[in-house]
Amino acid sequence: MTSTRCAVCKYFRRRCPPDCIFSPHFLNDNPQRFTCVHKIYGASNLGKLLQETPMQLRADTIESLYYEAKCRIQDPVYGCAGIIWSLHQQIQIAQSQLARARAEIAFLDANVVVAEPTPSPGEPVVQQNGVDYGLDDPYDFWFY
Amino acid sequence: MASSSSYNSPCAACKFLRRKCMPGCIFAPYFPPEEPQKFANVHKIFGASNVTKLLNDIMPHQREDAVNSLAYEAEARVRDPVYGCVGAISFLQRQVDRLQKELDATNADLIRYACNEVPSGLPHLSSIQPITPPQNPTRRFGDIDGGGGGFYQSPPSFPYPYANYQWNPSNSGGNFGGGGGGGGGQGNI
Repeated sequence: MTSTRCAVCKYFRRRCPPDCIFSPHFLNDNPQRFTCVHKIYGASNLGKLLQETPMQLRADTIESLYYEAKCRIQDPVYGCAGIIWSLHQQIQIAQSQLARARAEIAFLDANVVVAEPTPSPGEPVVQQNGVDYGLDDPYDFWFY
Repeated sequence: MASSSSYNSPCAACKFLRRKCMPGCIFAPYFPPEEPQKFANVHKIFGASNVTKLLNDIMPHQREDAVNSLAYEAEARVRDPVYGCVGAISFLQRQVDRLQKELDATNADLIRYACNEVPSGLPHLSSIQPITPPQNPTRRFGDIDGGGGGFYQSPPSFPYPYANYQWNPSNSGGNFGGGGGGGGGQGNI
């Protein structure tokens, strides 16, 4: 029995063959990684998943499985799905806040009161509505 | 919640496992026979015995949510064997970050605007001019919010299959929308 068994073979107290599918990803110096994944998925399912995955993608697969397993151990009811749900909530809140802020800017922009010069005696006072943001500019309707 | 441990219809789990569905079957309330794929996915990824252990460690009133979240993750993993749910988390986290930056910039503009300054990030707003001679102010409202409802546009094209994930713990099932190739990225907890 080699002293360089991978964490999986060490866990199962078996010989670690040269072509062990787990050994590149579960090194002996980090047994907790495999324990975590094994608790949620099981070694058998893990092995099947790895066999169905191209070799160059196995490292990423193991990382994502480890992440999901950790999430599930920390939150046995919702796991990763809880994080996804929470992110969706955050996105909805951010979107509504952003829409509100933009609407406020548009409102402020549309309702700016321009200071008018004090009319001198004799001048007509017909320029009060010289700027009519609501009617003159057709682009205003784009916002409402 | 459907109970299928009746005389006639074994639950989807017992049907899949080809065994008798006994009264009190732990799977029966959560895997109705009308949804065989749900258990098939969960079994493929987690295994029946692991699911049993997980459910036994959870309070009964939380088991339905637990099963639905497991089914959600299992389906995500079946669709994307490499990244599963982690791909979606990474994608959504980037969306949150992007929206937060936009929100910060917009709030800064709003504050400046409320203080009667023209926001530097809004080049299309008109400059306000005193009306001594009658004149029409120049206004351009091209794309004040980013262009054609740009805020509500779907996120930039990204190779994640789960752009429209919608899952609510109060629902009895998960909904998956979107589709497409898988992508990279992992979140950190």
